[in-house]
Amino acid sequence: MTYSPPITEDDLHGYVDHLLDPTRRAAVQDYLGTHPDVAARIAAYERQRDSLRSALRPIAEEPIPPQLNLRHIVEQQRRDWGVPWRSMAAAVLLLVLGGTGGWGLRGAIVPLSDIHGIAALAQEAAYTYNTYGSDPTHPVEFGAADKARLVSWISGRLGQTISIPDLAASGYRFMGGRLVATPNGPAGLLMYDNASGQHLAVLVRPMKIDKDTRMSNHSFGDVRGFAWSSKGMGFSVVATAPADLLHPIANEVRRQEERI
Amino acid sequence: MSEMVSLLEPLIPALRRYARSFAKDKSTADDLVQDTLEHAVSRWYQRRADGDARAWVFSILHNLAISGIRQAARRGQHLPLDDAHESDVAVRFAQEDGLRRRDILTALSQLPEDQRSILLLVSVEDMSYAQVAGILDVPIGTVMSRLARARSRLRKLMEDGSPVASGRPQLRRIQ
Repeated sequence: MTYSPPITEDDLHGYVDHLLDPTRRAAVQDYLGTHPDVAARIAAYERQRDSLRSALRPIAEEPIPPQLNLRHIVEQQRRDWGVPWRSMAAAVLLLVLGGTGGWGLRGAIVPLSDIHGIAALAQEAAYTYNTYGSDPTHPVEFGAADKARLVSWISGRLGQTISIPDLAASGYRFMGGRLVATPNGPAGLLMYDNASGQHLAVLVRPMKIDKDTRMSNHSFGDVRGFAWSSKGMGFSVVATAPADLLHPIANEVRRQEERI
Repeated sequence: MSEMVSLLEPLIPALRRYARSFAKDKSTADDLVQDTLEHAVSRWYQRRADGDARAWVFSILHNLAISGIRQAARRGQHLPLDDAHESDVAVRFAQEDGLRRRDILTALSQLPEDQRSILLLVSVEDMSYAQVAGILDVPIGTVMSRLARARSRLRKLMEDGSPVASGRPQLRRIQ
């Protein structure tokens, strides 16, 4: 016969709440069979549980009042956020009229080992975005609340202090980030989302070549990006957003990074 | 965002049910749920990504309810959850139902708030003891001892219909 620990009060409650594994449940059942006083008490607790559940069930079955419509709440917060969509669209239009400029890195996916410099950074950003930007549960490892830890982690691994661009004026909120691996060493991935839940990522890492390049646009499948480097650090801003929407955001990231 | 909506929306009926135990009427309870949902939406990405969304949202509601009670206490108002208001709780729960339902809910309303919360989270909301400990931010041993006291007191209330001494003056329930 296998050893069975003595029945505890906690076991009895676990029995009432159906939280015991089958072995323990059977042990409690045996115990109750030989202890009628305890069995009476546990039966009373089971009746309590059933009566509470049935007495309160009607509340959960009531129709949800309009004030608790989640879509309204999300919509309201989006409005409170004050995203200046209209003025942003105007700015985008001006930039489009002014031409996107730069040179393009379109489409062709070649083995990572065959591409270098800013082109490699652009592809790493697209790959990373494809993996984490579409992750429904773990898009980031450190959330916005852990910003200081995230910055010190990434800065420590890159050997360069990074800063987190503030893209609120462009309608993107900082979600958090993580360290990611690339064929060219560790990189920091910073993730943002807009009020519609669409993700945008900034990949940042030190550059061995192409240490100072102008901005170029690239696209890999649905993922579009703008990449550049400055003072030895490479940046790529990627999202599934249209290039004309992404370009001003990339400019904004560059502007904030240059300031430092 | 659709992920957020698909995780939060199914919890609303249970949040309304749990909130009812904190508020003096249905509309106050729904205000509490609305506050909870607004907090949850605005902090969605700050929650632990590997966390349990359901326990997280319940803990927001619980903390909002408790801080509301503390604020009311500081302003010198009656505590909506305290024993002095137990008859309100009973009336609120038992508007359109039979004697049996009124009995269990009247008895429930006579439990101290900390015992009532645990009993409801465990028995009605199907939370594990560890989830309840997380929501209330107390050790699991405290959850177990309060649960045991809640059940024992509720049983006594149901059996003899008289309030059980709790160290505080109690109103006698009128049948």
